[in-house]
Amino acid sequence: MSTLLLNIPVTQYLFYFLSFVAILCGLMVVISKSPINSILFLILTFFAIAGHYLLLNAQFLAVVHIIVYAGAIMVLFLYVIMMMDLNHDNEPHKNAFLKIAAVASGGLMLLTLVGSLKGAEKLTAANPMNTQVGLIKNLGTTLFGEFLFPFEISSILLLAAMVGAIMIGKKEIK
Amino acid sequence: MIKLIGLIPLFPLIGFVINGFFGKKMGKGLSGAIASIAILASFCVAVGVFMEVNASATKTHVVDLFSWINADTLKIPFSFLVDPLSSIFLLIITGIGFLIHIYSIGYMHHDEGFSRFFTYLNLFVFFMLLLVLGNNYLIMFVGWEGVGLCSYLLIGFWFKNTEYNNAAKKAFVMNRIGDLGFLLGIILIFFTYGSITYGDVFSKAHTGSSTVITAIALLLFVGAMGKSAQIPLYTWLPDAMAGPTPVSALIHAATMVTAGIYMVVRSNIFYTSSEDASTIVAIIGAATALMSAIIGCVQTDIKKVLAYSTVSQLGLMFLALGVGAFSTAVFHVTTHAFFKALLFLGAGSVIHAMSGEQDIRKMGGLKKALPITYLTMGLATLAISGIFPFSGFFSKDEILAFAYEENKALWFVGSITSLLTAFYMFRMFFLTFHTSFRGTEEQKHHLHESPKSMTIPLIILAVLSVAGGLLGIPAAFHGSNWISGYLNPIIIHKNPSTLSHETEFMLMGIATAVALVAIYTAYNVYQKSKVLPASSEKEMRPFERFAYHKFKVDEFYAFTITRPLDLFSKALHKFFDNQLVDGFVEGVGVVVKWLSGVVRQLQTGNIGFYIFSMVLGIVAIIFWSILK
Amino acid sequence: MLKTVLLQSAILSTPIDFYILLSAVLFTIGVVGVMYRRNAIVIFACVELMLNAVNLLLVAFSSYHSDASAQVFVFFIMAVAAAEVAVGLAILSMIYRNLKSIDIDVLSKLKH
Repeated sequence: MSTLLLNIPVTQYLFYFLSFVAILCGLMVVISKSPINSILFLILTFFAIAGHYLLLNAQFLAVVHIIVYAGAIMVLFLYVIMMMDLNHDNEPHKNAFLKIAAVASGGLMLLTLVGSLKGAEKLTAANPMNTQVGLIKNLGTTLFGEFLFPFEISSILLLAAMVGAIMIGKKEIK
Repeated sequence: MIKLIGLIPLFPLIGFVINGFFGKKMGKGLSGAIASIAILASFCVAVGVFMEVNASATKTHVVDLFSWINADTLKIPFSFLVDPLSSIFLLIITGIGFLIHIYSIGYMHHDEGFSRFFTYLNLFVFFMLLLVLGNNYLIMFVGWEGVGLCSYLLIGFWFKNTEYNNAAKKAFVMNRIGDLGFLLGIILIFFTYGSITYGDVFSKAHTGSSTVITAIALLLFVGAMGKSAQIPLYTWLPDAMAGPTPVSALIHAATMVTAGIYMVVRSNIFYTSSEDASTIVAIIGAATALMSAIIGCVQTDIKKVLAYSTVSQLGLMFLALGVGAFSTAVFHVTTHAFFKALLFLGAGSVIHAMSGEQDIRKMGGLKKALPITYLTMGLATLAISGIFPFSGFFSKDEILAFAYEENKALWFVGSITSLLTAFYMFRMFFLTFHTSFRGTEEQKHHLHESPKSMTIPLIILAVLSVAGGLLGIPAAFHGSNWISGYLNPIIIHKNPSTLSHETEFMLMGIATAVALVAIYTAYNVYQKSKVLPASSEKEMRPFERFAYHKFKVDEFYAFTITRPLDLFSKALHKFFDNQLVDGFVEGVGVVVKWLSGVVRQLQTGNIGFYIFSMVLGIVAIIFWSILK
Repeated sequence: MLKTVLLQSAILSTPIDFYILLSAVLFTIGVVGVMYRRNAIVIFACVELMLNAVNLLLVAFSSYHSDASAQVFVFFIMAVAAAEVAVGLAILSMIYRNLKSIDIDVLSKLKH
């Protein structure tokens, strides 16, 4: 019982810490001057979110998240930025009015979203709760059982993306 | 045979369909044969029907074909009425129609639109048969409109000529004006009596108030005015001579123009119940007869002379209807159909021989070249002038006798008309066939008698014109007046003649004397003294020129009716069409263009702006759904 | 058994609306970023941020309702995001090659 009392605040503290990191890094993505800094902050955000996944016992997804996002997608971003040699500090900004309008509308949207989710605290968890849902075995059973067809189709999607990326990026042979 | 009555209009309809679809491919011989055989088949069935009606005790037979209109209170079955009146008309239509079909095979032989001609002819016969067979006013109206349509198609048969098209349009429009009156009459009948079937209406006719009955009679007569060319709707008939001559013979002499007479005879109860309507009918008939006879005296186109003669004879028939002599009118329709068709077909033969020339001033001395035509037309001219013992004598005299009984003034006008009729008919006859040839050398070369297909109908019609009088030999000659007895059942209120035989003989004597005087005058002027009609307008005397221009009635109509309508429609066109309607339609386009120009500004190409508007949209949607 | 109870209490300790709020905030930050920046690549990165916010929410619900299909859905979202990034960056490279700029105010050739 005592371990119970100890564990609960730890999870909560972890939650708050990870949320803080995620939000801060998200803000820095938007605010920072150079694009490379933005991407680096984004990677940090992804790590924070992976931590959240672990908190929710979605182990497999946490690992996959890091491998795919931070390991592959962000690396791709970095490649492209470095190829374009864009690490300048004198990147042009939008005029002030547009910036204020952007932030204001964003805030408006946040307010609306929050307001619309007012009744959310009445949601009840499933009873009995299956905490092993995030484990590979359960995930695998669902993925290859119920969602087999979409799984196969997504392979075609990735094929299309591959072919598309290569075709678009080709230099014309004169 | 009466059960087979449905076949009678069916044969021409089949002929119409076959010729319409396959006419061009079938070639001239087959096309003409099919059309003629269709009419012949109808004629045979009509003869059978006639014999059966004659022999049967109850004269009225209704044959229901199918249920046609079945609205709540309005129930109109498609049924035919076979009785003495319709059986006589059936014989006239199919018999004379058949002869004219045979004639047309020869006359239209060189024409491009040969099969089209027979298609239209068959269609016309179909509609005319519907008209006389229908058991209610609506079927009659369908036939009425249909023959108007076919008249338009056939008058404007050579459609490449604008003048002919105008004549066809004029005929159709004037008919339409009459049809409006007819339709109003039918509607009034329906509202008063709740039905438009002949049996129902005629049995209940006496229940209507006298003003309603007069109104119905007059409205129906307006329709007859248009269809049968009475004042003021007669000017289309002379112009209708633009069509081929067989058309003039069939439609504008023997059958279509008699539709008005048929309608009035069928509705005789309305006219006998209303003194005012009958008087108006008689007066208009008499006036028309006289006026067109005067015009006919100075015309120089052979077909126009015959056209005005038709209008005049129709006027006489309406005079007969106005004084209550219904069976006499039908008798005159029959005899007139014989000799007028013969006259027209003969004129066609003459025109054919003269290579298209229609001006009688350029004819003359055709007696030797066209013997059969000369003989038959001579017989017809004698018939129309009312010489004993030809058919025209009996029918015309009966009309004049009834008119004498009713009103001496009407009788006097009728007699003057007969005088003028005899005069101008013989004027035409002498100028065409006697005296010396006044045409060109070229035409003289081509003079020839018409082929057998054209002369045989002439001969048959000539026999009928001579013998047709047998239909109605009056009691004064110890005849039984068969046609009057035959038509007796359909005339509801009888109006028997109370003239004594002496008075009748006196009237006949006066009429014959008048006709002989006219013929002698014509002979003197045109044959002996060799007077020619003025070769151009300048040489005419003032009254003659006035009559030559048809008393300027057409010009009067053009001034009072056509021009104002034209100006009105032009004004509407300029104002409504161009400004309002066009403005509105174009305005829609202009508004759309302006609006799209405004909306187009949204396409900034700037992604940030797009996301911005998306965000605003999401906010708006969520906000709105929260509010609900 | 104890492990399950511990996990359950760990998961349940943060009520679901916290996650909803966190996800909404991250999403809004992504939206503001798209409207705020002019560099096309950074805009792309903000789009990725938005997608991740949604992923987070999905996984939270999956744990809460013990439903594995939400996590499978996250799977597919990740696959789609990867494909999208590949193609999008290829397009951006081509545009840079042709126009020598990836400033979106310059890239507004689709305007009226």
